[in-house]
Amino acid sequence: MTERDIEVLRPTREVGIVGYGAYVPRYRLPASEVARVWTQGQGGLPIREKAVPGLDEDVITMSIEAARNALARAGVDAGRLRAVWVGSESHPYAVKPTSTVVAEAIGATPHIQAADWEFACKAGTEALQAAIGFVGSGMADYAMSIGMDTAQGRPGDALEYTAGAGGAAFILGPAEAALAVFEASYSFTTDTPDFWRRADEKYPAHGERFTGEPAYFQHITAAATTLMKALDASPEDFTYAVFHQPNLKFPQRVAKSLGFKPEQIEPGLLVPVIGNTYAGSALIGLTAILDAAQPGDRILLVSYGSGAGSDAFSMRVTDLLPERREQAPRTQDYIARRTEIDYATYARYRGKLVLK
Amino acid sequence: MEVSRHWRLKKERYAMVGEVCPHCEQKIFPPRDICPDCGQEARTLFRFSGRGEVYSYTTVYSAPTGHEVNAPYTVALVRLEEGPMVTAQLTDLGEKQVEIGMPVEMVTRRLRAEGESGILVYGYKFRPQLSAS
Ligand SMILES: [Zn+2]
Repeated sequence: MTERDIEVLRPTREVGIVGYGAYVPRYRLPASEVARVWTQGQGGLPIREKAVPGLDEDVITMSIEAARNALARAGVDAGRLRAVWVGSESHPYAVKPTSTVVAEAIGATPHIQAADWEFACKAGTEALQAAIGFVGSGMADYAMSIGMDTAQGRPGDALEYTAGAGGAAFILGPAEAALAVFEASYSFTTDTPDFWRRADEKYPAHGERFTGEPAYFQHITAAATTLMKALDASPEDFTYAVFHQPNLKFPQRVAKSLGFKPEQIEPGLLVPVIGNTYAGSALIGLTAILDAAQPGDRILLVSYGSGAGSDAFSMRVTDLLPERREQAPRTQDYIARRTEIDYATYARYRGKLVLK
Repeated sequence: MEVSRHWRLKKERYAMVGEVCPHCEQKIFPPRDICPDCGQEARTLFRFSGRGEVYSYTTVYSAPTGHEVNAPYTVALVRLEEGPMVTAQLTDLGEKQVEIGMPVEMVTRRLRAEGESGILVYGYKFRPQLSAS
């Protein structure tokens, strides 16, 4: 099969985003603090700073706030949701769904599907694909998909500079009520061991240089080009694009190689100021774009999850967006709400100090 | 506290669901099924906005069992927009000084963990209103 022959995903009825909400915790750890402790300040810094959750925050509490923001923008009663799906690699429980607590807290129980999704950094967009199917088939009118993480990096590991916290919630619904309507989507998946965490391990392991070319770049490039070919679209047809952001260099490089200009990815490129939010990364970038987009704008979203795969989505903004986005805090409002912490406070907040 | 009690309190704790008196419109939190104002039965559920202001506060340095990891923390009496007064922790203060009258809003946070293997307990706290923080 050549790439041109591949069928992309289109639901039976048109589906769109009817509400979206972001969340970023208040605390920030500058990359220079990590460098001060581990490298005497030597070497380059991959980002400026990363968002760190407070002592009383986790993927459940952060998802609840993003979900409430999405409901406020959707103007839909929570009782009309038929699914609450949360993608993350830092679910607070190993066994007991994050999604049941979130669904209960937002008032969506009990006539609802609830499940936690896992696929490294694309668990959230995987749930988004599923919600398009759920709504697009007519099984549900509204479904919520969340990508949220409180990422862990082993102290001193390169990942500690970037492993951040944050994410976003999306309510999908019929196109008539949508702020942005999906044109088509596509997923590209292979078995690629670039990054993993074994069942009882606290910190992940990664394949060093193996994480780039055969992993991130191959999957994102394949997903993006296949979707664009099927839509007969090229990079200049999109107002904005957002790619998974494990660091600053990767999304900049993949955007350039695909033919996107820096200004197309800039509004959604949040990794320098919040870090890599894993399952939340591409999705929270999309919220920042929706905060700025105008009716008619076309947006390309491409996630990447280690293991490995990419989900690609193309959507068009409708006339409903400008008014409805005012119903909840903007992503930049959360980014501006900022308290800098030092490495010692970070170590305490992230449970790296053991009291007994 | 037993798992069953946490389970019974979840709607009240997660989302500040209280009651409204069908006779005199008094908003009631926490729910007690009897209107404190007119003394009649009041079981109609009511979801509070979560907005209010700090009425008074104190900082806890020596925390009770189960809350040690959060110390020091600030506990406040919050006057809700709808009238009732609730006691709750303040969170996300950053470097912000707490003041009487400070506008706050409800957030759902992890209240405590029942040891290493028990349940995680979630419930309301208050933070400075996002627009004002
Ligand atoms: Zn009464």
